[in-house]
Amino acid sequence: MEQSYYDPKDLKKFGNIGEWDKALADKFFAWYGDVFAEGALTAREKAIIALAVSHTVQCPYCIDAYTADCLQKGVSNEGMMEAIHVAAAIRGGSSLVHGVQMMNKVQKLSM
Amino acid sequence: MKSLHAQNKPLASPENQLEWLAKGSFADGTWPSFSQRLSKMNHWPLKARPLEIFQVNLGYMCNQVCRHCHVDAGPDRQEIMTRETMQLCLDAIAHSGAHTLDLTGGAPEMNPDFRWFVEEAARIGVRDFIVRCNLTIIVANKKYHDLPSFFAQHRIHVVSSLPYYDIEKTDRQRGEGVFKKSIEALKMLNAVGYGMPGSDLHLDLVYNPSGAFLPNNQMGMEADFKQALSRDFGIQFNQLFSITNMPISRYLEYLIASDNYEDYMDLLVQSFNPAAVEHVMCRNMISVGWDGMLYDCDFNQMLELKPAVSAKHISEFQSKAWNERDIVVASHCYGCTAGAGSSCQGTTTHAE
Repeated sequence: MEQSYYDPKDLKKFGNIGEWDKALADKFFAWYGDVFAEGALTAREKAIIALAVSHTVQCPYCIDAYTADCLQKGVSNEGMMEAIHVAAAIRGGSSLVHGVQMMNKVQKLSM
Repeated sequence: MKSLHAQNKPLASPENQLEWLAKGSFADGTWPSFSQRLSKMNHWPLKARPLEIFQVNLGYMCNQVCRHCHVDAGPDRQEIMTRETMQLCLDAIAHSGAHTLDLTGGAPEMNPDFRWFVEEAARIGVRDFIVRCNLTIIVANKKYHDLPSFFAQHRIHVVSSLPYYDIEKTDRQRGEGVFKKSIEALKMLNAVGYGMPGSDLHLDLVYNPSGAFLPNNQMGMEADFKQALSRDFGIQFNQLFSITNMPISRYLEYLIASDNYEDYMDLLVQSFNPAAVEHVMCRNMISVGWDGMLYDCDFNQMLELKPAVSAKHISEFQSKAWNERDIVVASHCYGCTAGAGSSCQGTTTHAE
């Protein structure tokens, strides 16, 4: 049994998912590549979004990959931290905004 | 901070560096050697082209001790080219066919015969000069304050390192206070016309990553640098060159000490770009060491990898043999072929 669920080396094996279903993997990686290409958003803007989302889904592989990608693309440390705060604010805000639902329910159930 | 040499560190030795670069995943075959990689694309042996750039290392002495320096330069390095060796360089340049004299170091301006060399080279007809100026030398001592005027007088193309347009990343890589002094020096260069719109005095900056990652798209970085330096300091420059950090000397030590060596080398190997091989700088240059020894490039010079020609010293230089030689390669060469490619003139491909 492995001592940890995550091994940084596994990130480099991502492409291996194609070994058991090449057709779907090929579609995924082709789509993935297109998603991150320069478009209406720059590749750098997409890397910052990816970094924020990585923290939201708490994927260690994604955090490693997009931290390195943001550094390479010249995003400042402050910029990366601000992106994570955006992710955290949405996560926190999404919990808090449900407080309205709680309040609605309390009001409905209360005399 | 002292050089690896002054600290007697094992990695001060080129043999130890080459040993590091040959073991691990290269030794067990996980990564192909650089020559194997070239063979796969029918580019082995790597052939030279007619010489264009005559690069001379005037000495390893420098007023800075940068953490990524592949020369292991610093104030404690005593290796300096003599005027006699410079004269041998001038004799060779005259019949070399090279159109550009590229001066590097250390801080080449610290060589006491730096100005004599430039003036003599101009006298024998050299018109295209490059000086790899670290910027801070201009403000390091009063005797260097007129360097911008001297550069301008000889129409020298100034190429200067500035790893980032903010103080934190620059000082972390190049030493405390370097960013402020670099800005001061850039303003002095602008003041005599360097990098200014409409001026023919060229001032290019060099970006290299402040850590274990590859440089980004050169054009994108250039736009960021131009915007930030103009907005914050009113500074102008011509082009930005993106350069990949080479896994030798102090940068190699950093990679090993920070446990980034395997991942960085893997990144270089996986990012191998066949298109970058076409324009690697070693194919049309010569690198002359401070002692007159000849090398395929400045990196091979630091690793003391002797070229595959019988003439090993500038006094024996033969243009024909140099132009027809096979270039000596090792694992560090992956640094010049990763991603968009890397050379003293920045990226080597346009597919960025």
